[in-house]
Amino acid sequence: MKEKGWKDVPLGGLILEAGSAKEYLTGSWRTFRPVLDEKKCKHCLICWIYCPDSSIIVEDGKMKGFRYDYCKGCGICSTECPFKAIEMIEEAKYKAEKEGEK
Amino acid sequence: METIKAMTGDEIAAETIRQINPDVMAAYPITPQTEIVQIFSEFVANGLVDTEMVRVESEHSAMSACVGAASAGARAMTATSANGLALMWEIVYIAASLRLPIVMPVVNRALSGPINIHCDHSDSMGARDSGWIQLYSENCQEIYDNLIQAVRIAEDKSVLLPVMVTFDGFIISHGTERVKILEDEQVRKFIGKYNPRYPLLDIDNPVTYGPLDLFDYYFEHKRQQVEAMKNALDVIKKIGGEYTQLSGRSYELIEEFGSPDADLVVIAAGSTAGTVKGAIEELKEEGINAKLLKIRAFRPFPQDEIKQSLRKVAVVAVMDRSASFGAVGGPIFLEVRSALLDEERRIPVVNYIYGLGGRNIGIEDIKKVFQDLIQIRKTGKVKNLVNYLGVRE
Repeated sequence: MKEKGWKDVPLGGLILEAGSAKEYLTGSWRTFRPVLDEKKCKHCLICWIYCPDSSIIVEDGKMKGFRYDYCKGCGICSTECPFKAIEMIEEAKYKAEKEGEK
Repeated sequence: METIKAMTGDEIAAETIRQINPDVMAAYPITPQTEIVQIFSEFVANGLVDTEMVRVESEHSAMSACVGAASAGARAMTATSANGLALMWEIVYIAASLRLPIVMPVVNRALSGPINIHCDHSDSMGARDSGWIQLYSENCQEIYDNLIQAVRIAEDKSVLLPVMVTFDGFIISHGTERVKILEDEQVRKFIGKYNPRYPLLDIDNPVTYGPLDLFDYYFEHKRQQVEAMKNALDVIKKIGGEYTQLSGRSYELIEEFGSPDADLVVIAAGSTAGTVKGAIEELKEEGINAKLLKIRAFRPFPQDEIKQSLRKVAVVAVMDRSASFGAVGGPIFLEVRSALLDEERRIPVVNYIYGLGGRNIGIEDIKKVFQDLIQIRKTGKVKNLVNYLGVRE
């Protein structure tokens, strides 16, 4: 999202439209990234129930991964998962591994 | 047709609020403001206003009620003094930040401690960076005129800031003076119907008030407040002009009194401006030409008008009815001195801290200040930059 200048934002910090949180990508706050082990996941959706940020992607009743644009990496899903299918990996390490793969 | 009445400052403040007929009045009593809300509650009980009177349990709640009501789209008011203003502090800033045009009489009283109920400006001067416009009133007539204009100033689309209308505790709040009062209809026509910009009660256009605002946007919102204050300079002048049309009384950001060409100037705000006028009249009879520069608007600070007014003078004394502990001098002094810094000609400016906790100030005290100025004009030397007028050594 391109940040607007002081002449273009609504006065007083007001938000004039509903659903604007969608434009506010809080995923950049994350230090730890949840990573799903698809083999262990039983699609019980306990992660979906607990996620405080609606960041669990569910399609046709199946756990399909995370909305990393909004997931702040709190780790509640990982803690609550009864099958230890979600691992919290340090973002820096994750990025280093990604780059190593290239 | 105007009527003339004898009223105290608190009585005229209540009467003005009756004429303004706000949607919501939050009320909590504190000396010397108490009579305002007490008298106004009688107006409510007698059905003279349409106002919803909210009896709150503290000033923090009073300002919170105003913020809630103003966000909902109501014209909201409250009134306070000293420790009451201190207790509502958190919400005072929030009211300005949310750009809610709340109007609040502040009856100037010394902040505790030690506990004191009498006049000084430590309460409103402490709030000078809160984002509220501040209009200082010299007498009962100015309370009336400033309160009416404050509604228009606050609600102006290029401003949208809350306004404090201050007047000196007991000296003015409990002093009876002659006041000219307009007809209710004239006042209501002048202030007009309030058209709130984003009322929460407009359910067809829902908005969010008060969301989290971090490092990425907070600064932009503060910059907007700076601009609104700047815009207020012109708006205060414009509405002052319109009010002159209605009342015949002129209102600018500052007021000058005395010989226009006098080179000895005393700057004051509040009731002391009246005392300075008395001193100037006596000095005139003694053959001394002197001038008063009265600060009506302290926020926004009328820098250009002050510079223009002082361009040709020899020496200036600034009267501060509050101390800024650890600073070079009192708050008005600091601003005036700073405003004059980029003038080509260096004008000596001295400061007099006076009247703390209601310590009396009379014409003789002001004449002493003018005598000091005469000395500085003669010698070109400032012995004491900051003086404490009326304190016992």
